[in-house]
Amino acid sequence: MNSSTCRHIWTITKKELRSYFSTPLAWVLIVVFLLLSQGFAFLFGGLLEYQNASLAAFFLYVPWIFMVFAPAVGMRLWSEEHRLGTMELLMTMPISPWHAIMGKFLAAAVIVFVSLFLTFPVLITINWLGDPDNGIAFAGYIGAFLVGITFLAVTGVISALTRSMVVSFIVALFLCLGMIMSGWPIVVASIDGWIPGLGQKLAQLSVLTHYNELTKGILVSSDILFFASVIGFCLYLTAVILKTKRA
Amino acid sequence: MITVENLSKHFGPKVAVDNISFEVKKGEVLGFLGPNGAGKSTTMRMVTGYLPPTEGKISVGGADVVDSPIAAKAKIGYLPENAPLYTELTVQGFLNFIGELRGLSGAELDKAVNRSMDLCHLQGVRHQSVDTLSKGFRHRTCFAQALIHDPEVLIMDEPTDGLDPNQKHEVRGLIRRMGEEKAIIFSTHILEEVEAACSRAIIISGGSVVANGTPDQLKSKAKGSGSIRFQLAGIPATTAKSDLEALNSIGSLSVDREEENTLRGVAFPNSGQSARASEEIFNYVSSKNGLLQELAVVEGRLDDVFREITSSDTEASSSAA
Repeated sequence: MNSSTCRHIWTITKKELRSYFSTPLAWVLIVVFLLLSQGFAFLFGGLLEYQNASLAAFFLYVPWIFMVFAPAVGMRLWSEEHRLGTMELLMTMPISPWHAIMGKFLAAAVIVFVSLFLTFPVLITINWLGDPDNGIAFAGYIGAFLVGITFLAVTGVISALTRSMVVSFIVALFLCLGMIMSGWPIVVASIDGWIPGLGQKLAQLSVLTHYNELTKGILVSSDILFFASVIGFCLYLTAVILKTKRA
Repeated sequence: MITVENLSKHFGPKVAVDNISFEVKKGEVLGFLGPNGAGKSTTMRMVTGYLPPTEGKISVGGADVVDSPIAAKAKIGYLPENAPLYTELTVQGFLNFIGELRGLSGAELDKAVNRSMDLCHLQGVRHQSVDTLSKGFRHRTCFAQALIHDPEVLIMDEPTDGLDPNQKHEVRGLIRRMGEEKAIIFSTHILEEVEAACSRAIIISGGSVVANGTPDQLKSKAKGSGSIRFQLAGIPATTAKSDLEALNSIGSLSVDREEENTLRGVAFPNSGQSARASEEIFNYVSSKNGLLQELAVVEGRLDDVFREITSSDTEASSSAA
């Protein structure tokens, strides 16, 4: 990447972040994320009842929250450009469409990062109450972040397809739900009962399967590779869609 | 600066632009005329690199738009139809964003943003969010965006759409002034705009170029253009009538009013002889010691040319369909 590429991506990222924070959307989403993630962890996850100090209860619910959160963050990325007609401006600037795709993805990823970062009081609380394995917590955070941005990449694809934010939110939410459910043991077992072996294969495509490995504290490169390739594929698909939509 | 050769665009079975070629040099302002749906916007979108052409070549300042889009786009300032803007940004924030994408930074960027805000009279609203602006201001903000990098080529899709008469006047003046050192294409369906700002105009209909020339050349294509309106007195009308008809340069005569000593009407000169015909009429009247009360060469109206050319075309295509 040369310097002008970086500068263009950064210009787009900055503008997207400004758009996010100039409306209440980003603030509301972050607050809701914090309330839900903390609420679930303490109320349903029994964070404080666990004998050993860990964030397992917190990480248990993170994919489910991201399933709603990421589509809400990502739904406007391209739909808004279609709706306002600014796509015509953006695509006649002397930049590559990749700069725009990367810049927007990064900006949305920053929102996910900030949301996760702001959960640090839980980490402090746990450390204060007991003696958790912070390595596992760190791996869990990486896993959570990867799930979040994978969902963002999926949402980006849908958002490139439609000018309606509502449609892109709903469709993306269902896709993310599918990516979780296909790794859920009950679903896996029932699909296996139907067509033996298929459930296990689908589970390999689920974010949940790979996320669970990471939250155990095992940073396996194959899991990270899984997320990276899904993201890469989605960004590529976004580029293809944007191109065909113009033709 | 801009060369378009055999450009076509198909949307599925529909042919939006059909084999268009034209050229715009530095210092030229080219007006794009045509009824709605004629292919004006599609052509401009291809020239700016937004739409890929189905066939043909476009080069802007020596850069091929398809092969080296970034180099070509860098030379173009583009005002799309309906002036799209990012509504959450302030005017200044928006212009900064575009300026940065155009590769400007630091003091250079500030200067460029200020210059384009001055040109478009936006200083008063610079900190206002685009959301809160009136249509005229939005339009000017998008216009400012197109000027920010002082481009060699300026392409504008209906630049005066939605502006009030004063603003329209100002934008036309701006286009004419900038046209002295840039190559400009703009589309419009306001014909007086073409006369006010263009050095050349192209009329597009049904995806093809149906006329191409200076506004004066186009006007001369109008029916009745070049005919001579006259009124004379002091010569017996019947004599005057037959004498005028006998003049070499005049093909035919149509008389509106014929009184004892007054003759009023329109003379239709033989082609290309309208200057000569008015001279002959003048000489004739003075040789007879008559009084010439009116003598004027009728200019064709762009309106008429436009209607004649484009409506016959749509009739033809609708009867074909």
